[in-house]
Amino acid sequence: MALKIENLRAYYRSSEAGVATVVRAVDGVNLTIKENEIFGIAGESSCGKTTLIRTLSGTIKPPLEIVGGRVVYDIKEKEVDLFSLRSSEMRALRWKHVAYILQGSMSVLNPVRRVIKTFEDFTEAHERITDRKAFREKVNKHVLDLGLPIDVVTAYPHQLSGGMRQRVAIALATIFKPPVILADEPTTALDVVVQRGVLQLLKDIQRETGNTVVLVTHDMAVHANVADRVGIMYAGRIVEVGAVEDIFQRARHPYTQHLISSLPTIGDRTPRSALPGAPPSLANPPEGCRFHPRCEHAMDVCRREVPPMLEEENGHQTACFWANREAVS
Amino acid sequence: MRSFFGILKDLLSRDGRFRFAFIALSALILFSLASYWSPHSPRFSFVVPPNMRPNLDYWFGTNSRGQDLFWMMTFATRNSLAFGLMTAALSRVISIFVGLTSGYKGGLYDRVLMAINDSFIVLPVLPILILLNFILRGQMNLFTLSLTMAFFGWAFDARLMRSQVLSLKEREFTNNAIFSGMKMHKITLKEHLPFVMPIVFSTWINNMMWAMGMEVTLSVLGLSNINIATIGTTIYWANQHQALISGVWWWLGAPVAISVLLFLSMYLTVISLNQHLDPRTRLQRIREATTDGT
Amino acid sequence: MSNSQLLFKADNVSKLFTIGTWLDRTEIAAVNNVSLSCSIEKPEIITVAGESGSGKTTLARLLLRMLEPSSGTIYFRDRDIHQQRGWESQMQFMSEVQPVFQNPFETFSPLKRVEDYLRETVINFRKAKKKPDVDNKMDESLRSVGLSLEEVRGRYPHQLSGGQLQRISVARALIPNPSLLIADEPVSMVDASLRMSIVNLFQDLKKEYDVTIVYITHDLATAYYISDRIAIMLRGSVVESGDVDKVLGSPLHPYSKLLRESVPLPTKDPNWTKKIELSVTEAKEYSKKGCKFTSRCPKVMDRCWAVEPPDYDTDGRLVRCYLYDDKPNDPSKTA
Repeated sequence: MALKIENLRAYYRSSEAGVATVVRAVDGVNLTIKENEIFGIAGESSCGKTTLIRTLSGTIKPPLEIVGGRVVYDIKEKEVDLFSLRSSEMRALRWKHVAYILQGSMSVLNPVRRVIKTFEDFTEAHERITDRKAFREKVNKHVLDLGLPIDVVTAYPHQLSGGMRQRVAIALATIFKPPVILADEPTTALDVVVQRGVLQLLKDIQRETGNTVVLVTHDMAVHANVADRVGIMYAGRIVEVGAVEDIFQRARHPYTQHLISSLPTIGDRTPRSALPGAPPSLANPPEGCRFHPRCEHAMDVCRREVPPMLEEENGHQTACFWANREAVS
Repeated sequence: MRSFFGILKDLLSRDGRFRFAFIALSALILFSLASYWSPHSPRFSFVVPPNMRPNLDYWFGTNSRGQDLFWMMTFATRNSLAFGLMTAALSRVISIFVGLTSGYKGGLYDRVLMAINDSFIVLPVLPILILLNFILRGQMNLFTLSLTMAFFGWAFDARLMRSQVLSLKEREFTNNAIFSGMKMHKITLKEHLPFVMPIVFSTWINNMMWAMGMEVTLSVLGLSNINIATIGTTIYWANQHQALISGVWWWLGAPVAISVLLFLSMYLTVISLNQHLDPRTRLQRIREATTDGT
Repeated sequence: MSNSQLLFKADNVSKLFTIGTWLDRTEIAAVNNVSLSCSIEKPEIITVAGESGSGKTTLARLLLRMLEPSSGTIYFRDRDIHQQRGWESQMQFMSEVQPVFQNPFETFSPLKRVEDYLRETVINFRKAKKKPDVDNKMDESLRSVGLSLEEVRGRYPHQLSGGQLQRISVARALIPNPSLLIADEPVSMVDASLRMSIVNLFQDLKKEYDVTIVYITHDLATAYYISDRIAIMLRGSVVESGDVDKVLGSPLHPYSKLLRESVPLPTKDPNWTKKIELSVTEAKEYSKKGCKFTSRCPKVMDRCWAVEPPDYDTDGRLVRCYLYDDKPNDPSKTA
């Protein structure tokens, strides 16, 4: 186990103009992420996936609030509760143990400094560089190891293409080979060709260092090609978790089934359909299973109770009364 | 759109600064309206015993010209407020027109208007007004003075509005409005003006304060029609009679106190209105008002 | 085909933009010699596919008369659209050509009710005058996209989902009975579970209302799903265009091939993880004289650097690549 999430609830509380609103972005998430795997989190916009990964990275600022649950990192065989850390310990964790890569993370590169300088600045924010030459060699080696051209080290960010900048940003985040990499839509603004290059890089890093990657993206096809296991998120909750083959070939939750069957593919013109309705507002989500208003299999119990997460022998978990109807009855 | 009273209720219940400003401004307006029931005309002097300290009969005292300062100030406040409102209204019309059309049309039209606009921004207004009033002294009444002030007071705000429109023009809904067959005047008035309204309101009050302050300056210099009672001319007459030296401090005290209260409450109104009218907080409220029951 | 049989025709259209300061000025061709047309008889869905910066949005704005081309001509039913002046001709043009914008949450002012845009369109295009007639017309157009006036009336943009808003946007565009819709990335901001409803809607519109649709997207999968023809753009140039089955089924241009391979499929694809070459820098590709793909092309030849290739008609499609030059020594071809 690399990381364990127990009944995590993270809400946005705001009281704009005297009226309090609570957006329940993450509402009871349980997940165990293993070592040496790429775990994909999929879901539509505003399903809470970004909030989830931000919470994992320890970037918790108002209006975001942790309402309940735990996030436990396994650091050198020791369980560390993220929320019990002091802010200096949190910073150390984010520096050495966890790398956090965002959609626009290329903006971390200082536009008026050469890339190598940004590497130095970035490191010196946490610790002193005693041997500058050795540090530069280390950076060069790291960049070469990642298969990037060595010229990027001495270039200015504006001289690089968007895809190269994003890859340099990933190199920067992984210079100390952190055991956990959190990546939130790292390729969303990029072209498919560039996306392919960036994701290949991420996969290479994972393969070589054997660390754990949590990859959030709305693009199911990316998960199919990159992830080892996938969790499907809907309206603040995880509804299904399984190995990537299980999710794509034997999806059990009606939402997952729809997400996969509605994906258009080149070479296949079978009519695809959209789900009725729209994702619910997280400020006012429906009772019971949050998917029930859009679900063709919805039963009475779905409207009343939150479906429990049940696990099959192969580790495929589903939170759905309909999918688990045999197991439950 | 929500009603005026709805907005008022909202602001009153939520914002302490606005509550203070609202009470003070209402009191000042009532006070100025009281001028209609004044027993004396401000034009006559020696209708009451002169140089009386403030007392139960004469709340603000009386001045050396034998006028009741309470009633004098009701006229002065009324005239000053009316002057400020008129100037702000007139100059808002110019700045809205220039700002919205110049931003929307762009090109040569924009360049010409902005060249004129910038010339007005850099003009030293006070010396020009002093000169104008000196030449036209006697023919200037409050309305013509307000016209002149409006003529000089629109330029900076027009630029503010134009920059807002420049960014609105790039937003998709402007294109959607164009392809809905809406003509330019409709797009600027219906699509862009609602976003520019916060600037209109806040600059409205700022402009009023500027105009009223200018009026005081000109009057103190004796460059306005000193026969009309305003906050400025009251100070002028007090100075003329050397009120402070002769110990009639209340003659100056009354207009100063009233103008301080007036400016303070207008300033507080600007800040709380600004916050209230900010599109972000406005959206938040539309959301609240419309998410009930969904 | 003569112009009179064409609904629209873009003839060698280019649009140049100047970037940089007055000291360091470069001209880039956002749209570079693009030709595209569609016949009147047979409504089609034509995809213009490309990555960000490929010039597809600039092309859309040219076709919508929101920009003027630097060279070349765009005809709509035989008339040069950029030669027309005045409000009447603008209204005439907009009654035939209408846009669907990318971000449905930005298409409508957040401070207004969405139905206001529908009402304006009905009244301004003189489709109805009296209130009940106007309402009927609005309802009719909303029903053609699977909504109704009842569902929409009195609502602000934030009260509707992205999918609903995008359908309302299409409904509005349909009111003047246009024969051409230009949709720029219409589904990229719509939630995944609702996306196909918009894509399917375009297909229905083509069949039921005989509307030709120019579908501009970076998503080749939906492009394959709905379109008849496709044009693939790279840095302002259309590198390959033709029947969608041919172009996406067996792409010829090296860039189309790379693009086609890079689209991740919802099944694990061993080819996808094959190493690829990425450009280190990007701005250079615009201003380059020859083919824009030279720095990344695996089959690059000397002549590719010098002059941009013309369009070669190969296997029922146009390919802008010297690889398909069957008479490589004919000097008239490379001119």
